[in-house]
Amino acid sequence: MKHEDIIICRCSDVTLMDLYELFEQGYDTFEEIKRIKRVGMGPCQANTCGKMVQWEIAKYFNRPLENVPFHNMRPFTLGVKLDAIRRAADDEDE
Amino acid sequence: MKTSDAFPKKATAVIIGGGISGLSIAWHLAKKGMKDIVVLEKSYLGSGATGRCGAGIRQQWSSEANCLMAKKSVEFFEKAQDTLKYDGDIQFKQEGYLIVASDKDEADTFKESVKLQNRLGIPTEILSKKEALKVVPHLNPEAFHSATFCKTDGHLYPFTTLDAFYKASLSEGVKVFTYTEVLAIHKEGDNIHAVVTDKGVIKTSIAINAAGGHAGVIGKMAGIEIPVYSQNREILVTEPVERMQGPMVISFTKNIYCQQTPHGAFIMGRGDDRDAGYSVHSTHAFLDAMAKTVTDLLPPIGNLRVIRQWGGLYNMSPDHQPIISSTPVQGFYVACGFSGHGFMLAPMTGLLLSEIILNEPPSLPIENLSLSRFKGKTYQDVEKNVV
Repeated sequence: MKHEDIIICRCSDVTLMDLYELFEQGYDTFEEIKRIKRVGMGPCQANTCGKMVQWEIAKYFNRPLENVPFHNMRPFTLGVKLDAIRRAADDEDE
Repeated sequence: MKTSDAFPKKATAVIIGGGISGLSIAWHLAKKGMKDIVVLEKSYLGSGATGRCGAGIRQQWSSEANCLMAKKSVEFFEKAQDTLKYDGDIQFKQEGYLIVASDKDEADTFKESVKLQNRLGIPTEILSKKEALKVVPHLNPEAFHSATFCKTDGHLYPFTTLDAFYKASLSEGVKVFTYTEVLAIHKEGDNIHAVVTDKGVIKTSIAINAAGGHAGVIGKMAGIEIPVYSQNREILVTEPVERMQGPMVISFTKNIYCQQTPHGAFIMGRGDDRDAGYSVHSTHAFLDAMAKTVTDLLPPIGNLRVIRQWGGLYNMSPDHQPIISSTPVQGFYVACGFSGHGFMLAPMTGLLLSEIILNEPPSLPIENLSLSRFKGKTYQDVEKNVV
């Protein structure tokens, strides 16, 4: 299969080809790649693509997987509506 | 980022901090012909305040220095894609900042700022409630009095803008070392002599402190007390949705800024008063306060899902204006104290500091930006328009 046809990040529409282009330019950490291509920054928060990105970095740069840091995970794990957060906060105030 | 360059033993100038300020300074110095410039970043580029900021570009300030820096920076950003010959997209979207006044008193205080902005050529208008609702129809009409609007303010994507300065700096011969931490600064008498890092020692007569939230720490390494402190400011971002809001909506009294990025996500933040420090943790308190504020001011946004939150450091100066300056230590320069606005002012930060270093006539008055302005006096011109 062609690299441009392999979707790595579904949320931000990033292909394997996109990753390779960044690797060739020298971007070799998850944090850098995430910020330029938004890989892992969508609604799934890298729950789908995270391991694949890590694996592709390891393969391309020929590094042991354990030497390729995963991206810094931040809250939330799942999307929550602002209205729901507000209702919960109002309940706590009462 | 891997680099094929061997770690240098000497440099003409060492810039500490791989954020937007550091790279803008590097690019401007290199453009003016300086050779052997090294940028040091202890983590990845933009890992500090640049990559954590609200991505807003605003010219509506209450102090002349901030207005002028912001206006000139907007002029730079309008052409930055070409100037920096960037192959990506910096996503400069000029759809304005709408600053809402909560009541008549706040509206009255805006009048003076708008007068100043107009005098300096910034096209801010005062809008009635009705006019503001035309610009952002989903504003809660009960939640504000009136507004000011500057149509040339807007959004700029921090990561690609930083990448643009980074790549342009590389083409000018600048060497950038990430994951390299500065441990000490050595002086000979009152002159900068070397910068000590965890990768080696670089001999240099010029060290530039662009360390953002950590600028105070770097200052101390050179024996300079900079009157700044850092404070965690939090932000959240929603899932991307169809375009529904052009301008950034901001309120100083409600303590909120909120915009929809070109990519569709809403990004919003507020500045709750926190203890000075270096924590960038996310809190529930922020989420609760943010959810209440945004659903009051912009009710339909309550229907959007938050997907991520984070914190970043404001490096606060006593008058909420930047410090872009030489110091009593020969060869030690600072660009810090941006008080939350270093990203949007970065083009002028780079230009002005490069002019200071190279003894060129400055493009803007720099007395109000100097470190010495804080010596034994009260501050006349404190920037009020800060979230």
